[in-house]
Amino acid sequence: MREVPAAEPILRVSDLTVTLGGSAILRGVTFDVAATGVTALLGRNGVGKTTTVKSVLGLHPAGGAIRFAGRDIKTLATHRIARLGIGYVPEDRAVFAALTVEENLRLAETARRPHRYDLVYELFPVLRERARQRAGTLSGGEQQMLALGRVLLGPSRLLLIDEPTKGLSPKYAGQVAAALKLVAREVPILLVEQNLAVVRRMARDAVVLDMGRVVHVGDARALLADPDLTNRLLGVSGPRTRDVNGSAR
Amino acid sequence: MNHVRSLMRPAGRRAAAVLLAAAALYAVPYSTLRLPGVFDGPLDSPGVLQLLAVCLLFAGLALSYDLLFGHTGIMSFGHGLFVTGGMYVTTILVNHAGYGLVPAALAGLGVGLAAALVLGSVALRVDGIGFAMVTLAFGQAVSLLVVSGSPALTGGEQGQTLNAGAVPAALSGVRNTANLYWLALGYLAVCAAVLWWLTTSVPGRVMRAVKENERRVEVLGLNPYLFKLLAFVVAGLLATGGGVVYLLLLGGATPVVAGSDFTLGLLVMVVLGGAGRRWGVVAGAVLYAYADQSLTRLSGSASVAALPGALRGPLQQPLFLLGVCFVAVVFFLPGGLATLPARLRASKTRVGHGVRTRNGRRAQRAGSRHSGLSADASATQPRSPIRRSAPQAGPNVLPGHNAASSTGAAEEGVTPHG
Amino acid sequence: MSTLILLTATGLGLAALYFLVASGLSLIFGLMDVLNFAHGAFVAVGGYAAWTVADHVAGTLGLALALPVAVAAGAALAALTELLIIRPLYARPLDQVLATVGLGLAIPALLQAVWGADPRTWTLPAWLAGTLDVLGARIPTVRFVLIAAALALLGALQLLLTRTRAGLIVRAGVENREMVAALGVDVHRAFTGVFALGGAAAGLAGLLDGLYQGSISPGDGTSLLIFAFVVVVLGRMGSLTGTAVAAAAVGLVQQFANYLSADLGDESVVILLAAVLLLRRRDLKGRPA
Repeated sequence: MREVPAAEPILRVSDLTVTLGGSAILRGVTFDVAATGVTALLGRNGVGKTTTVKSVLGLHPAGGAIRFAGRDIKTLATHRIARLGIGYVPEDRAVFAALTVEENLRLAETARRPHRYDLVYELFPVLRERARQRAGTLSGGEQQMLALGRVLLGPSRLLLIDEPTKGLSPKYAGQVAAALKLVAREVPILLVEQNLAVVRRMARDAVVLDMGRVVHVGDARALLADPDLTNRLLGVSGPRTRDVNGSAR
Repeated sequence: MNHVRSLMRPAGRRAAAVLLAAAALYAVPYSTLRLPGVFDGPLDSPGVLQLLAVCLLFAGLALSYDLLFGHTGIMSFGHGLFVTGGMYVTTILVNHAGYGLVPAALAGLGVGLAAALVLGSVALRVDGIGFAMVTLAFGQAVSLLVVSGSPALTGGEQGQTLNAGAVPAALSGVRNTANLYWLALGYLAVCAAVLWWLTTSVPGRVMRAVKENERRVEVLGLNPYLFKLLAFVVAGLLATGGGVVYLLLLGGATPVVAGSDFTLGLLVMVVLGGAGRRWGVVAGAVLYAYADQSLTRLSGSASVAALPGALRGPLQQPLFLLGVCFVAVVFFLPGGLATLPARLRASKTRVGHGVRTRNGRRAQRAGSRHSGLSADASATQPRSPIRRSAPQAGPNVLPGHNAASSTGAAEEGVTPHG
Repeated sequence: MSTLILLTATGLGLAALYFLVASGLSLIFGLMDVLNFAHGAFVAVGGYAAWTVADHVAGTLGLALALPVAVAAGAALAALTELLIIRPLYARPLDQVLATVGLGLAIPALLQAVWGADPRTWTLPAWLAGTLDVLGARIPTVRFVLIAAALALLGALQLLLTRTRAGLIVRAGVENREMVAALGVDVHRAFTGVFALGGAAAGLAGLLDGLYQGSISPGDGTSLLIFAFVVVVLGRMGSLTGTAVAAAAVGLVQQFANYLSADLGDESVVILLAAVLLLRRRDLKGRPA
């Protein structure tokens, strides 16, 4: 596989358009994800963040171009995109409730090796303890850890992580954020997150969506340090931490 | 978009077209026109009129089914039971209780109305596929009741002839086939009028909204259940009436209408013509009914008998040909015959700049699959091949006319467990 | 007492047939949300394939040859259906169902064109044509064969689902196939596999239905299909044990009700379905509605 120079973005999304059920959800979204660090994808509820992430994985039919590591992936099937090294942690975590924790992890074993169970268990020891338990019986925080563990098992080149701390207790949210920060040293992450405290803690770049368009691209800390900008773009007053559960969906 | 254009067409021209078509259909029994290859005799001959009458009847029945399927988005597999009800209640009351034809038919309609209310209120409590299954089971129950329940009353598998004494002279006898034809035409007119009126009324618009997105209707503070029930009852009542008309056309009751193939046939007609498209549905039904009857006739003909064995067998099976045609339409003509004119127009205007991908998957991912191919996007909204549909996987969740629906709130992708 | 045993054995024999048809339907619906109206056609094709073999080769050998032929015919037809009809229509779920409706009409008609509408009789080998004595009840041997086949299939499917990676993928796919693909698994291969598996079971059902009735006719599969649908709905789509229990319930209810009054059997199944659906405030996959 071709090595990508650090200067070149790992993911380039250009003019992405998505129409679902007759409504235009994305109307030409263009942004890059750097090959290192965390890029935060921000915006109010319903502006198209989740749709953007899903479109990268080929889960929504979309117009425009998506290049991953220099390769056009928009026409690929989802499983092929995943096998190129894109890990996905969806908003609702989507652990397989009827499967055990161990089976959930085993499902994520793809052709790519090694399977880094040691890394996963080191980050989230609870997954080893609960290996034989059905994933549906885990708490929300533990499910989130399982969903993260699943994508960390294989060697990923980019992680798409959608609202990892949503609905979690502060304790779990802290644990998850800490794990993400650790992971981000190795793998670039495109992070959708409403909890601005988490964003501030780890994101370097920020992309802000509104009404299906990119309205701001820049340094994440600079954005969050500017109360007017934050209020205008994200609808939150000042750089205060927003309620983690404050999403109305 | 075709849909939009047809809405913008001056109302006067539409009314004129309807009146013209009605007048032409009304005049058929006065015509001695021969259409060799299409009909065996002149238009006014009893055989041709009978065939046409059945076609018109099925057009009416298909419209009643389309009220459910095409306009409200609910897939019933029990529509035939209402036809059966109208047919058998009338026959039994006439033959075994000595009723006159009109009181018996009215009683049949009453039973149909009651059955539609009861079955509808029960079955509509489950969604999508569940509704389809429950109605299929109800239909099966009625079918068994008719075939083996009490043969003394129903005539079992043979069915039974309607007591000739009860039928007015004007509706019996070969010479009066024209009257039966007009009866069927009248039935079609009633079905069409009810459908036209209902679908342009406020409840009709809610029904279409239910088809497109039930949640959104709920959010507006309306109860989708009531509108679905209304559609179910109206459709059931129309189908019951169709059963009575069919009874008169055939001169007796037949258990064929109770079989699951009968309801599937209605579904095929609607899809063939174009669900939710009135002219399309009528065309699909007429074509299906004509093919069904002619193919049965054709199968006995000398020209088919002369064919080599391997070819002759399948051609003698109307259901084989209809099934294959149906699959072909689903595949190559999504939206049915009704989209054909728009497709032809589109293919004419698109000479030179067609970005048509041959690989379906590619095209669909690119979101361009239907941009030039079909003017009517109904039931063809591109979706990811592995996208999980929402829990109620019936037609409820399927997209309607994309072009027509404009939505305010942009939803982030509907999540599987959302 | 002997009547009770006879009714139970007959009911379970019927249940075995229902299970053979419904297990495939249930897996297909669970994984792919496709209600396969062509499944009855798979049954019929398996039946005719088996009958043709047994018609040429007499006795037990013919039956032994007919078995793999029936299974292979069902599996091949189902796999072709998935590849040629279902797969190109993944973007259009309603059209998938409609296409299977078309196939379900066309294939039995084709069979009728080739073999005629009249039933073709199966000549059973002597050991199979007799009865077995169970506590005074004389029970046709075929019913035990049916029950054994259904139990074997249940066991095999259970092992497949719980012990293999393919099974893991199917179980996960029933919950959320989008996520399975996002983990890098080619779910389409699982789809074809599940279709072929369901088709194989349907082909087997076609053979066994022929043995059970002593004859086959083109419409056999379709009439089995309606009851199989009922079983699938009662057993919660996508659940194998649920399907097995529902199949047993439907077969037994049908037989016992039939004993009480002829023709009550089929009606009782419909009533059972309506009652369960109304009482169950959950959707067909067992999630809260």
